[in-house]
Amino acid sequence: MKSQENVANHPAMLGDRVKRAGWKEKLSHLFSRYGIFLIFIGMVVLMSFLSPAFLNVYNLMNVVRQISFIGIVAMGVTMVIITTGIDLSSGSVIALVSVVAASFAHPGEYPLIVPIAIGLAIGVLAGCINGTISAKGNIPPFIATLGMMTAARGLALLYSDGRPIGNLSDSFSFLGRGEILGIPFPIIVFLIMGIISHLLLSKTKFGKYTYAIGGNEQAARICGINVDRYKILIYTYAGLLSAIAGLMLTARVSAGQPSMGQMYELDAIAAAVIGGTSLSGGIGTIPGTMIGALIIGVLNNGLDLLNVSSYWQQILKGAIIVAAVLLDSRKQKKS
Amino acid sequence: MGTEYILEMENISKEFPGVKALDKIRLKVKKGTVHALMGENGAGKSTLMKIIFGMYTPDSGTMKFKGKELKLSGPKDALDQGISMIHQELSPVPYMTVAENIFLGREPVYGKTGWVNTKKMIEDTRKLLQSLQIHVDPTAKMNDLSIANMQMVEIAKAVSYHADLIIMDEPTSAITEKEVEHLFEIIRSLKKKRVSIIYISHKMDEIFKICDEITVLRDGQYIGTQAAGELNQDLLIQMMVGREIKQVFHKEKAEIKEVALSVKNLSRAGKFSNVSFEVRKGEILGIAGLMGSGRTELIESIFGIHPPTSGEIYLHGNRVKIHSPADAIRHKMALLTEDRKLTGAFLPLSVRDNMTISSLDRFIKYGLVHSKSVKKACDEQIERLNIKTPNLNQLILNLSGGNQQKVLLARWLLNDPDVLILDEPTRGVDVGAKSEIHKLMSKLAREGKAIIMISSELPEILGMSDRIIVMHEGNKKGELTREEASQEKILELAYQ
Repeated sequence: MKSQENVANHPAMLGDRVKRAGWKEKLSHLFSRYGIFLIFIGMVVLMSFLSPAFLNVYNLMNVVRQISFIGIVAMGVTMVIITTGIDLSSGSVIALVSVVAASFAHPGEYPLIVPIAIGLAIGVLAGCINGTISAKGNIPPFIATLGMMTAARGLALLYSDGRPIGNLSDSFSFLGRGEILGIPFPIIVFLIMGIISHLLLSKTKFGKYTYAIGGNEQAARICGINVDRYKILIYTYAGLLSAIAGLMLTARVSAGQPSMGQMYELDAIAAAVIGGTSLSGGIGTIPGTMIGALIIGVLNNGLDLLNVSSYWQQILKGAIIVAAVLLDSRKQKKS
Repeated sequence: MGTEYILEMENISKEFPGVKALDKIRLKVKKGTVHALMGENGAGKSTLMKIIFGMYTPDSGTMKFKGKELKLSGPKDALDQGISMIHQELSPVPYMTVAENIFLGREPVYGKTGWVNTKKMIEDTRKLLQSLQIHVDPTAKMNDLSIANMQMVEIAKAVSYHADLIIMDEPTSAITEKEVEHLFEIIRSLKKKRVSIIYISHKMDEIFKICDEITVLRDGQYIGTQAAGELNQDLLIQMMVGREIKQVFHKEKAEIKEVALSVKNLSRAGKFSNVSFEVRKGEILGIAGLMGSGRTELIESIFGIHPPTSGEIYLHGNRVKIHSPADAIRHKMALLTEDRKLTGAFLPLSVRDNMTISSLDRFIKYGLVHSKSVKKACDEQIERLNIKTPNLNQLILNLSGGNQQKVLLARWLLNDPDVLILDEPTRGVDVGAKSEIHKLMSKLAREGKAIIMISSELPEILGMSDRIIVMHEGNKKGELTREEASQEKILELAYQ
């Protein structure tokens, strides 16, 4: 309604023909913006018809909790992809955060803040290294984060000697298993980080520059944007989010595991892409990515309830990722 | 019948969206001669050559090659029919050998196996290079050659097709005088074999040295063809310029005050050297010169995109060091770049974001971008520049070229700069937007801004500038006041 008003009051009103085109455009804009949300609603409706067990609060809460870890990681990955970068290291950073934080989270040793602070610091450091290597070293982010993916996993195995680190304090376990007002803690963090990331990306200089770098890096430099610095910040934020997911996952399974988070990087990329983030840069939103993660969650859960084998689930997930990108590239061709 | 023509083109027209690139062009090349094609930037030479080489199809007109009607499906077809081309931009495959580059796409194979006969390829290349006296190892990687040798290999490649017509588009732009002489020897021996050549160059002396006939184009129109012997440099420039200035430019008198920006002995290795000039508040300084004369490189250095290797920059009398565009912006400079798509617009982003990206600091409140003040500022610019967009959320890529350009101008105006550098501010912009941009430039000058404008369009340079400097091969060739400047004088300085 509000944007309709905008057009009417506009100084550069263009007459009827253009106004109608504008209206049509707005409809397609609406669909391209909320289309993924409509698909998500459609899936939920379909699933509730197919399986009576799907549509109850307990199951739905379960779905959201399951994807909250991936969802948080995917928010950082979204920002990275908007700059035309990629982050392959998320899963390994989760593992490294997991084993190190767990070793400081035994009952009666350190206050809760210690494992949390150390975990977050590891994520920030890893992200900062990713960003610095790719921005300052002029190394493609694919390679820089591939290196981090391999090295962080190795470090996690080295640190834990390849074994899980158990015996975690109750207060630490709350991060993954606790509930506030009946809502699982990871879901609360997922929503809070969603709001923060969304504000960051849509309302701050940091966010505007993220889009600008992805939209046209050369032009961004000419506009006076310190591209390297912002790239480092973006990868650092992605590292921080991986660490948050890593801490909560560790608490959830009550152990630091060097094998944790395998394939998370790919699931996070998938969530971002299904949510409309374009690998060619400049396009993507946090709400879109959150829906993308939820779609993956509903798909997994729904197919589980329908007793579809996990092999088929993987095949379907693969098809959906490709379909989402196909849709995106056709949309781009049109405009 | 008299003379024998290898190529006869009549009434060739070609239109691109919004531009008539060629309008009833005629070009007739005699067998065994060198035919020069002359014209300013944008006269239509490249378009015409791309038609002859099958890269474009003309909208109308007739083409005859060796007396028969010519219809080309693409460059490969042109090569098969006996037309080859040396392209203006070198396009070697850098990590392949000289021999592989020369035989790219037509490698000799054993029988029908598809297995490349490398030995024969290298041997043939050796023979070819020897016959042309080009001393380059056929097995050397292209990447390891000097630019001049790369150019000579390109020439050898064009010759190796045994074409009856060879198009040479600025073949000497990358080579030294010695190699130019070598190229001319090759051309003379080709002439003896009755091969015809279409020669494009901005270097007048070369034209008169090697060419038999000259055809001149101007603004996509055919101007005339004459034997080189009947022309001299002055006459040729007159043919190239010729037009009276029909356009009216919105140039208003502004009070010219103290020096805003001055540049002393600025150099960047390999791009330009020892350039000095100044621009005053209220003044529009035009920079003329051919593409590749170093004009864009010069202003890129001033703006900190590629910092200069030596020399000094002064703003309002104070020496400044500019290491990055951010520095330049801090010093209240602005640069509208030459290539809107490549270095100007953020195509996937909205008009609003494109407009405010460089001045966001102004709109931050409690760490967040304050959307109301953004909207207010954008609306002001939209009204001031008469930008036609349905709303601020519109993606910039959906706007016309003129409106895109105005959005980018607005981006810089939001920074309220003292020195505005405009590189080809009206390229690819429709007539209406063009005159609006000119009007705005006059207005900004009256507000006391210093403006530097680069343009390939001489009428625009003459119409808008208070003073003009002319660049040629990285040097400042001369400086003209508005009163003394004329198209002929500028061209004399720009072409040597």
